[in-house]
Amino acid sequence: MKLGIAGLAAAGAMLISASASWAAGELNIYNWGNYTSPEMIKKFEAQYDVKVTITDYDSNDTALAKIRAGGHGYDIAVPSGNFLPVWISEGLVLEARPDQMENFKNMDPRFVDVPFDPGRRYSIPWQWGTFGVVVNTKAYTGDIDTWKVVLDPPPELAGKINVVPEMGDMIYVAVKYVGGEMCTGDKEVVKKARDVLMAAKPKWVSMEYSTIEPMVKGDFLATTDWNGSAFRQRLQNPDLKYGYPKEGTFIWQDTVVILKDAKNAENAKLFFNFMMDPENAGMLSGFARYANGIMGSEKYMPADMIGAPELTVPDSLKDKTDFSIACPPDVQELYTAVWTDLMK
Amino acid sequence: MASAKEFLEASERKDVRDRWLLSLPALLIIFAAALGPLLVVLLYSFMVKGDYGDVKLWQWSTEGWFSVFFQRDIFDDTVSLADAHLTILWRSVWLSFLTTLLALIFGFPTAYFIATRPEGTRDIWLFLITIPFWTNLLIRTFAMMEVIRNEGILNTVLIKIGIIDAPLQILYTDTAIMLGMLYVYLPLMVLPLYASMEKLDFRLVEAAYDLYATRLRVLWRVIIPLVKPGVIAGSILVFIPALGAYVTPRVLGGGKNMMLGNLIELQFGQGRNWPLGAALSITLMAIVMVAMLVYVRQASKGTGSHG
Repeated sequence: MKLGIAGLAAAGAMLISASASWAAGELNIYNWGNYTSPEMIKKFEAQYDVKVTITDYDSNDTALAKIRAGGHGYDIAVPSGNFLPVWISEGLVLEARPDQMENFKNMDPRFVDVPFDPGRRYSIPWQWGTFGVVVNTKAYTGDIDTWKVVLDPPPELAGKINVVPEMGDMIYVAVKYVGGEMCTGDKEVVKKARDVLMAAKPKWVSMEYSTIEPMVKGDFLATTDWNGSAFRQRLQNPDLKYGYPKEGTFIWQDTVVILKDAKNAENAKLFFNFMMDPENAGMLSGFARYANGIMGSEKYMPADMIGAPELTVPDSLKDKTDFSIACPPDVQELYTAVWTDLMK
Repeated sequence: MASAKEFLEASERKDVRDRWLLSLPALLIIFAAALGPLLVVLLYSFMVKGDYGDVKLWQWSTEGWFSVFFQRDIFDDTVSLADAHLTILWRSVWLSFLTTLLALIFGFPTAYFIATRPEGTRDIWLFLITIPFWTNLLIRTFAMMEVIRNEGILNTVLIKIGIIDAPLQILYTDTAIMLGMLYVYLPLMVLPLYASMEKLDFRLVEAAYDLYATRLRVLWRVIIPLVKPGVIAGSILVFIPALGAYVTPRVLGGGKNMMLGNLIELQFGQGRNWPLGAALSITLMAIVMVAMLVYVRQASKGTGSHG
């Protein structure tokens, strides 16, 4: 999903081009900013003699709109799992059958029958993670494993809280907090969730995607965030701890797909198989700092990632995590209305 | 053989035709690149919204326009004024107005200062005014952020010299948005003001003093009326981009309180309501047009009475 400031600062297109301009083939990847390991790409280019070009986007909606418009020239895109059903139903994705590829044996079994792509006929995981809270434990020593930290904050934190303005995720948080379920259209529940958000907003200082620097420097004392970002924050400031809210949280996963109008579909399939190799998946995680979903890739990750609390969902929470899904259009409309009301 | 008169008429017609032909490329670009997209936006605002962004082509609906001004309560379906949109609209207009006013207050003396320098050095001053334009808007906004953030230059200095004990929370407030816009748009006020003041006949100022006018009276009755066109142009140049500002509220406002530009972006992005976004864009344009008409009319009335 979002990688901190990537959305704004890395707005331009980042191009990684091989020195080998005479390469036999090409592969054009359309991905989130600051999310692709350059080393891993170099390895792929050398191994298959393919020149890879990477272009950035900053939100699922941007990516969907651009791919749907056509004429984009990309072979591979990396939508979030909750958006994948839309991509599939709109006919944008090639049924590449990664489940029949050689390296599919490395796929973590819990990511095979995922709700957004049962049996993995279209997609493979890129990175996955959780959503939670990061708290500066120097400022607040209480329980951080709860959404309460941001929705009904203690006085130590009030006025220094950031909330990432990801509409779907934040409404999910409020719905869970009042005891509802993901994508609920139950108006009583949504109303309660809205009231919680409305009451909490005056205690927030901002709603920003870029959290790493302000958290590390102490501009924010708490924020909602994705686990990889939390991990990067702790490396720079050991006081920052990631909390897994006991009310429940969700697992998101960004998935790699081949586009139906890909000009280099064969190279894209090579890339699929390449990505399911533990060594390559480990290289990617070492760069993007999230887990990947390929078994055995831990061996190839940097030492500081092994057993990192941000990357390990506690057992007590395992049955309380949802797989992030896209809410149906009528629920989405309800949520947008709540969100606009919140942001006025 | 044609007479001289006919010949002249023919050459005049040719002249006119040539001018039209010469301006044709520019006109085509204006029509294709400005009116074309505008037409698309207008059409989109009347279409049915797609389930995941986009619109359902050629399916018509006024729902987008309806929701610009009204909202159905999400919980009991009663229709009321779109309170959220109106609040955001009001914030945009109010902040833009304050920005324009402050730009005028700061820009006016600056322009006057430049216009009263010896002719040779004016260019240097003007040149200094344009320096901020060399840098991208986004970078200037981030620079502003470094100045006003809690551990930024401003707070550090104020704490060092003992004026405050704890850092002022300026970043992520409406004040931050206004400061950012003031900084970014100030040159747009100074330049037209200077252009007017440069033409100002300072003998009139001297004459006013000779007639025992006070300094304030000279300013009010002589200088301001004479540079009014510059004031109008500058105010328009600041007010309009401020009204549609996107980057400044996004970066300095902390995303908590939207302005119109951010509201429109929400509809095309996470909100997935393109018709509403299109309708809001056109509403913004309409507001700008009305504001300009009223302003120009009022202002020209004023100028008229002063001759």
